[in-house]
Amino acid sequence: MPRQMEGSKAVAETIARCRPEVIAAYPISPQTHIVEALSALVKIEALSPCEFINVESEFAAMSVAIGASATGARSYTATASQGLLFMVEAVFNASGLGLPIVMTVANRAIGSPINIWNDHSDSMSQRDSGWIQLYAESNQEAIDLHVQAFRLAEEVALPVMVCMDGFVLTHAHERVEIPEQPAVDAFLPPFVPRQVLDPDDPVTIGAMVGPEAFMEVRYLMHAKQRLALDAIPRIAGDFAATFGRESGGLARGYRLEDAETVVVALGSVLGTIEDVVDGLRDRGERVGALAIRCFRPYPADEVRAALAGARRVVVVEKAFAVGLGGIVDQNVRLALAGLPVEVHAVVAGLGGRPITSASLERLLADAVAGRLGGLTFLDLRAEIVERELARLRDGQRSGPHAENMLRDIGIVASGAV
Amino acid sequence: MPYQPIKYYQAGSFVVGNRLLDPEQRTVQADPRRSNTLTSGHRACQGCGEALGARYALDAAMRATGDRVIAANATGCLEVFSTPYPESSWQLPWIHSLFGNAPAVATGVAAALKVKGRSDVRVVGQGGDGGTVDIGIGCLSGMFERDDDVLFICYDNEAYMNTGVQRSGATPAAARTATTQAVGGQPGNVFGQGKSMPLIAMAHEIPYVATATIADLHDLEAKVERAMTFHGARYLHVLVSCPLGWGTASHDSIRIARLAVESGVFPVFEAEGGEVAGACRIRRQVPVEDYLRPQRRYAHLFDPVERRDVIELIQGRANRNIARFGLLEGS
Amino acid sequence: MFQVRIHGRGGQGVVTAAELLSVAAFLDRRHAQAFPSFGSERTGAPVVAFCRVDDRAIRSHEPIVEPDAVVVQDPTLLHQVDVFGGLRSNGFVILNTARTLGELGLAELDERFPAGHVRTVAASELAREHLGRPMPGAPLLGALAAVTGVASAESLAAAIRERFPGRLGEANAAAATAARLTMLDAVHA
Repeated sequence: MPRQMEGSKAVAETIARCRPEVIAAYPISPQTHIVEALSALVKIEALSPCEFINVESEFAAMSVAIGASATGARSYTATASQGLLFMVEAVFNASGLGLPIVMTVANRAIGSPINIWNDHSDSMSQRDSGWIQLYAESNQEAIDLHVQAFRLAEEVALPVMVCMDGFVLTHAHERVEIPEQPAVDAFLPPFVPRQVLDPDDPVTIGAMVGPEAFMEVRYLMHAKQRLALDAIPRIAGDFAATFGRESGGLARGYRLEDAETVVVALGSVLGTIEDVVDGLRDRGERVGALAIRCFRPYPADEVRAALAGARRVVVVEKAFAVGLGGIVDQNVRLALAGLPVEVHAVVAGLGGRPITSASLERLLADAVAGRLGGLTFLDLRAEIVERELARLRDGQRSGPHAENMLRDIGIVASGAV
Repeated sequence: MPYQPIKYYQAGSFVVGNRLLDPEQRTVQADPRRSNTLTSGHRACQGCGEALGARYALDAAMRATGDRVIAANATGCLEVFSTPYPESSWQLPWIHSLFGNAPAVATGVAAALKVKGRSDVRVVGQGGDGGTVDIGIGCLSGMFERDDDVLFICYDNEAYMNTGVQRSGATPAAARTATTQAVGGQPGNVFGQGKSMPLIAMAHEIPYVATATIADLHDLEAKVERAMTFHGARYLHVLVSCPLGWGTASHDSIRIARLAVESGVFPVFEAEGGEVAGACRIRRQVPVEDYLRPQRRYAHLFDPVERRDVIELIQGRANRNIARFGLLEGS
Repeated sequence: MFQVRIHGRGGQGVVTAAELLSVAAFLDRRHAQAFPSFGSERTGAPVVAFCRVDDRAIRSHEPIVEPDAVVVQDPTLLHQVDVFGGLRSNGFVILNTARTLGELGLAELDERFPAGHVRTVAASELAREHLGRPMPGAPLLGALAAVTGVASAESLAAAIRERFPGRLGEANAAAATAARLTMLDAVHA
């Protein structure tokens, strides 16, 4: 039964149907509506038995999830941006311990400067943490991915991050179909841990591993993530069979068949990209799109197979590696190594800057006409940055660019240089 | 622990032999069926106060709960010397996560047990002073505020010992550490407010707070057992000497802890619901100098020149403790 | 696709209005997407919310740059925010005011758009009358639906009642109906 509801609420209701036993919650925009809705569901015992713990920081949130998961409870938390960074020590700890925690990351930019709007810099900063990373294109996919995530996490014994664009998806009211409880129960068996803290069978978890064994332990983490490359499509297939809806998996092509130009992206921008592709196709352009659904483990084979026939690839991404360039771009180039495909990195939508269909059309026109370089910052206001760069070259004061830019525009009345 | 009158005639000692007590009142360690929760083979230094304290505390917890305890341990000496992979000294379910999150991990364990209806299993969180008073204080305060059902034990050796004796928020005034060296005009740790974690715990009005030392291990056991009669957040702060960090002889670990108690430097008391409920009286008060002299971490107070002014300040602190907690008869 | 942009101030129910519109369209068995322009919560600050309605599934989440209709909940925004920016040449305006366009200095606006596309409705007054409080969202939606057909009156009423329980829902629905009637009356006049 479809319903019209806010993305966050839909996620919360779906999480509840996955029967988490311990939820640790610390608020941060734009994830707040998820934990608020879950708190109510637990309070009215719509979700029971479940311990909902209001923790004192995100670091505590992940730590509580670690303790709970190690004791055999299905555990969940949600965060974004600064919160994700604040818990990074625990994020790595969770994957190192092989605990099947599921976490929603309501993608939001990382400061400084502080910015509460959507981009992918938060989850991208944790791409090497050992967590599985899944990206949702729509609210329907976001809720579907959470159901798959619990099963995936518990099967491969790795934590899973479900990434959904903050505000853009979390705060959008749209049509969703919440999976029914009996179907979720059939799809998601109870959590049976690999090892668990239990006085009936004591184990020591978290010993200090020295140089003689550390490499092997870390290699196994990598190997385990690579195994997930098989589990993820299989679970997505089971999901489709159970719920009658395609979602998740490693990557999905859109009108790739004879595409000369392919746009690659993650998350909600794909909706706009698909509209643009349709428009261009109507005008006879051979354009397609590739949605990377699972970013870690990285589905290099699927990406290569999807893009091998293209002439050029435009990677549109909402984060970047400072001092280097695109992140997804680098990963795509890796997958296409040795093939004669042009790859263009386009960094877009940082800090919530809208990515419009008009901009994308202009971008693709540039790409087709050969006007696109290796790295482009979409819709960058060049005149503003040029003034600041000129100041830097002249050796003038450094410091926060945001405030310095204001000086150039003349908003800050300063007597000194 | 109920009082039992004992006649003894040993001279030169204040220690009453365990075998003079009724069997039920004897230390857990006297029981051949004890859990040996922290069993032999760990890599602690000779004379390690923390190993001694942890062994007594955990065995007492196990006896009090019928061997049903799960422990969450912070990074630190205890964790490092007890779990040199692939070996472990622990004979209970035990998890080490990070340095600053042991209280939060313990909260998570307790929550999972509650959800699963396992009310028979109790949770102990433990760590050193660094992990409790500094980097872990946020998580600890959160655990207190929520009154999570966890007993948290801090083994306080008054510095970051595992990493090489650096100053922590629990390092006492004037003590030498690697980051408060005995050099310059004001050698050793600066005089400041000092963080009293027991008082901070009491300010959260949790059910039970107590301090103890390795000088009276029986008292430590009794306090662990008493703590296990409560549900909710409980805190135990145990002074454990460190021969390496304090610069004492390894055979003096218990003696130096006793001097900390008898000088008033370390007050031993219990509190319930945020109010002091009782204190262990000082049997024979000693001047703080008796406590400071045997420790090389205070050597700069005596050599090359005696720092009478600093010693007086430390004595003043001890006097304040004595007055505040009623540590002497008639005080 | 029909795209609506709603302007107001924090606390006036702008975001709720967009959501209600999307639920009404959903009840009409259409696809709808509503979202606010996001910012830190602050009562009184200018707020914008959006709603797009279509008969096909809506994939894009890009902001609405060229709305088909603009609803202005608070006329004090008229000279502070560019509320009509991007409005399509055959677009609609629903403006909350008891005054005339001329009195607001917007006479030329009426000329830019097709006849009957720029409408005023005394929504705050209607709300005060039916609800006891000047929350203009529901009556403005009633007017919008009547003028543009973006949602049916029945579905709008149902959406309002689902969102606001009991007496509050009835009052809001009544205000919406009253506004709708003033729109139809004006057309027939």
